[in-house]
Amino acid sequence: MKKPKLNIGITGLNAIDSPGPGVPVIRALREAASFDTRIIGLSYESLEPGIYMHDIVDRTYSIPYPTAGTDTLLERLEYIQEREKLDVIIPNFDAELYPFIKLERKLKEMGIHMFLPTMHQFEERHKVNLNDFGKKYGINVPKSKVIYDLNTVHSLLSEFSFPMIVKGKFYDASIAYSIEQVKSYFNKISAKWGLPIIIQEFIHGTEFNVTGLGDGTGKTIAAVPMRKQYITDKGKAWGGISISDEKMLDMTRKFLRTTKWRGGFELELMKNKDGELYLLEINPRLPAWIYLAVGVGQNIPEALVNLAMGHKVKPYTDYTVGKMFIRYSWDMIVDREEFEQISIYGEL
Amino acid sequence: MKLRKNIAVSEAGLLFNPVTGESFSVNPIGIEILNLLREEKTDEQIHSAIMSRYSTDKPTFEKDYQDFIGILKHNNLLESHEETKA
Repeated sequence: MKKPKLNIGITGLNAIDSPGPGVPVIRALREAASFDTRIIGLSYESLEPGIYMHDIVDRTYSIPYPTAGTDTLLERLEYIQEREKLDVIIPNFDAELYPFIKLERKLKEMGIHMFLPTMHQFEERHKVNLNDFGKKYGINVPKSKVIYDLNTVHSLLSEFSFPMIVKGKFYDASIAYSIEQVKSYFNKISAKWGLPIIIQEFIHGTEFNVTGLGDGTGKTIAAVPMRKQYITDKGKAWGGISISDEKMLDMTRKFLRTTKWRGGFELELMKNKDGELYLLEINPRLPAWIYLAVGVGQNIPEALVNLAMGHKVKPYTDYTVGKMFIRYSWDMIVDREEFEQISIYGEL
Repeated sequence: MKLRKNIAVSEAGLLFNPVTGESFSVNPIGIEILNLLREEKTDEQIHSAIMSRYSTDKPTFEKDYQDFIGILKHNNLLESHEETKA
């Protein structure tokens, strides 16, 4: 039987030391068994490597930053839709999810399907609300506090001991060993990502991640846990291995069942020396290491696209344990004309 | 003492714990001991099996064996008493 061909828009084509998930998501879609794809890259900056990977991305359009507002984004997407007839968009950044969730209905009217968490789910799992989230759903989370003002930093000493984690609302986290370091990270991170800043209890232990997909009714469509084996100074996994920890899978299933999560996600977990699991963060999108899930038998991006298109998706129940991913970087040689094309005209 | 059932041991001596994702490498004598543990041999049986194949004295082997068992326990590679009873 001939496979349908879907036009899919993908963001997150960047690959700095904290790489975007766009390219690995596309690799997964190119291997989909249930459809063929034409990939339309949606980029924020002219130096995102995915733009120039012509065997990965068929055509790229620049889109406005989320700070430009949903109207500006919608206008740009209407222009792109006239030319490309997109069937699906997969946004891959935390910061862009808010405008895309707001636009979900309008984009559907234009023929563009997405499979995103609801606004309530998106807000509730936010780092800022993690304490309440843990209490509400009975999930172990480290103590955290939201601060807006540098002057309140000294009062933290009555609630937290050193080291403590200083986190940005979207990205970035640093371990502070003194009040001076807390202040310095507060300034550095708030300058980049804005306020508030989250102070979190430091849990000693080993870092794990789980990626997966919820169908919005509480069902687990996919779940793959991974131990970080090689961690960059930004805390990103540069190598990892699939594992079979039932406790982690139980926590994941509980998260999906109780929240009725809709869409892809990544759970950031810490296991202390007593084997207790803490949920540090819920990322409301697929992670940059998503291709490991494909490598162990769960093509999560393919399942996500099928759910977005309204198809029934059979849950994945198995995966290969002990399979590793090892990330590498690759220097491409690019003609200046291509850079000009995307920089000046916003299309390549 | 029993090696956890889910621990994979390769012929080359790489141990993989699928629950934690940890890997360890052991030397050929280590592999032999792990295989004997997997066969649920007692300490005495393991002692005599190794002593019959290698020229070492009993106190030296005893010390090295206990060190090795200690490392396996520390890394949660052996079943606990409760698990063994179950």
